Amino acid sequence: MSKIGESWGRYPNANQTVVVLTNRHADLPAATGSVLPYGNGRSYGDSCLNDGGTLLHARPMDRFIRFDTQTGVLECEAGVLFSEILDLVVPQGWFLPVTPGTKFVTVGGAIANDVHGKNHHKAGTFGQHVLEFELLRSDGSRRICSPQQHPEWFAATIGGLGLTGLVTRATIQLRRVAGPWMSAEVYRFHNLREFFQLSQASDRDYEYTVAWIDCASQGKALGRGIFTRANHAPAHPDRRPHAPSRRVRVPVTSPVSLINPLSLRAFNTLYYHRQRESVSHLTMHFEPHFYPLDGIGDWNRIYGPRGFMQYQCVVPPSVSLDCMETLVKTIAASGEGSFLAVLKQFGDITSPGMLSFPRPGTTLALDFPNRGPGTLALLDRLDDIVGAAGGAVYPAKDARMPARYFKQYFPAWESFSHYIDPKFSSSLWRRVSE
Amino acid sequence: MQKVVIIGATSAIAESTARLYAARGAQLFLVARNVMRLKDMAEDLRVRGAADVFHAPLDVNDVQDHAHLLEQIWTSLGHVDVLLVAHGTLPDQAQCEASVELALKEFATNGTSTIALVTAVVPRFEAQQKGVIAVISSVAGDRGRQSNYLYGSAKAAITAFSSGLRQRLAKVGVNVLTIKPGFVDTPMTRGFKKGALWAKPDTVAKGIVRAADRGRSVVYLPGFWLLIMLIIRHIPEFVFKRIKL
Repeated sequence: MSKIGESWGRYPNANQTVVVLTNRHADLPAATGSVLPYGNGRSYGDSCLNDGGTLLHARPMDRFIRFDTQTGVLECEAGVLFSEILDLVVPQGWFLPVTPGTKFVTVGGAIANDVHGKNHHKAGTFGQHVLEFELLRSDGSRRICSPQQHPEWFAATIGGLGLTGLVTRATIQLRRVAGPWMSAEVYRFHNLREFFQLSQASDRDYEYTVAWIDCASQGKALGRGIFTRANHAPAHPDRRPHAPSRRVRVPVTSPVSLINPLSLRAFNTLYYHRQRESVSHLTMHFEPHFYPLDGIGDWNRIYGPRGFMQYQCVVPPSVSLDCMETLVKTIAASGEGSFLAVLKQFGDITSPGMLSFPRPGTTLALDFPNRGPGTLALLDRLDDIVGAAGGAVYPAKDARMPARYFKQYFPAWESFSHYIDPKFSSSLWRRVSE
Repeated sequence: MQKVVIIGATSAIAESTARLYAARGAQLFLVARNVMRLKDMAEDLRVRGAADVFHAPLDVNDVQDHAHLLEQIWTSLGHVDVLLVAHGTLPDQAQCEASVELALKEFATNGTSTIALVTAVVPRFEAQQKGVIAVISSVAGDRGRQSNYLYGSAKAAITAFSSGLRQRLAKVGVNVLTIKPGFVDTPMTRGFKKGALWAKPDTVAKGIVRAADRGRSVVYLPGFWLLIMLIIRHIPEFVFKRIKL
């Protein structure tokens, strides 16, 4: 478990008072200074931090309210984890409509960041499947928000970074599945051009597509990687569902980052070559398919005491190939490298939130051990590339983007700011709205 | 289908335990002071698979209401497989030293209310000749320590009471389970600095269900507390008096 009041990247540090919320019917607790809802601390940067203020720890609001097994409509409190939803609904033939790469996010956090997953080209963002939620404001008012009811509050709160008030409970539409199995195909590609071809050929018939790219290699191997496409598989009654495997954990924070240029190159090369054939077909359980890293508890500790930074950007379709090549070249040349570089084509379903990150184009997610000024300078260079291309950077993963770029990436920020609760603020918001 | 009654159902350990029974499809009867929280919990447990969830409000210190409550429970469920008595508070030791009234009130909440309720329920278990009466005591009841001996003495009463009752009811096929949790990270202990000895309510809940299933008599949860308390109980008084615990 991450420590309450810490973000997943463990950077930056923040000092804040934590107030635990357990009762969704109660008014917001009195607090001096500003408040910010905090779920399970899986945002990477400072969007879930409120330095000098108060965090409203909403994870303990974790009750289900109703689940219609016929229609797949689920209502629950905002602190319920995606993992808890899956445990409940998968055996009954339902699945999350959209899930990010970890199942340890709360429903409230998923709304506040309008999260997306490998099926963005088919299903859009998580907010697309939120039927309604209750928004509690510091003046004691409660609004039921949906696309029909208070649509302006709905749009402001989805992707609204927790700033518009506290989401106490939400109703979401699940999707049908035959069972826990996925049928997947894994392709090795040699360069970014091949990635775009594979992705384009797959987006129509495959619900889930994603690629991992080797960010340590340059020259001829630049932009090589592994592309996965998958669908929910028909039922396999003969296959026993996995017993919940014992999770391994990283027991302590490594004194220095274990991710360095040497280990990065080795890892990336091994990962690229781990499958011998250039194509393989497999039937796998949904857990390793969607959540490969969730099997390792506290994996963020391998980055050492200084933590790490994520960088996820999206660039428009018209420039995506050139832009991705420039980004990958810049990263490879810097030697900073990234261990988990994820590449994905977003679809063109409009995101429901005013500040939603997903938009048509190609998205690249990277993580960098925090090596101080060198890392920050590299991310600034990436911002220049993304900014010039008319792209955007994902606030849920950010700890450092300059205010001028935030305002360019999210032109609705000013109209959004009218919906911010006067008692609410976050470290990120103070940084990017100055 | 198991029929499970939980007194003090809205406590963190009790709620985690209720979720485990709900996932098994049990029928539940929840008792606590706060009706609103009981309703929320009942909704949640139905979604999690409980066959049925009944609930009724009760302040355990209103001993005159116990008989009526038990009548209601048996009318709703027919019989009871597991009765979990989980209510309690964590009194402030210093305040209990300053006020006789508070000390007796806290002793009642954590000690005598359980003795009253369990005494009243025993004839029903004797009549059905099966089932488990599980009572949450505490490691604090194993030896009075200066930091919380009011709480410890109430829990010591529960431990001794349940031990005697166990011996008595073993003859009619009813098991009495004494549960001794160590430090548990719950709203009750919010003000404490947490270290390696602290357990999650869910871990303790799993231990309770397992112990009830297996007909255990006394469990320390997590199990390492057995060893810690063995040592603490055996510290000679002349040493014990000189240290702080």
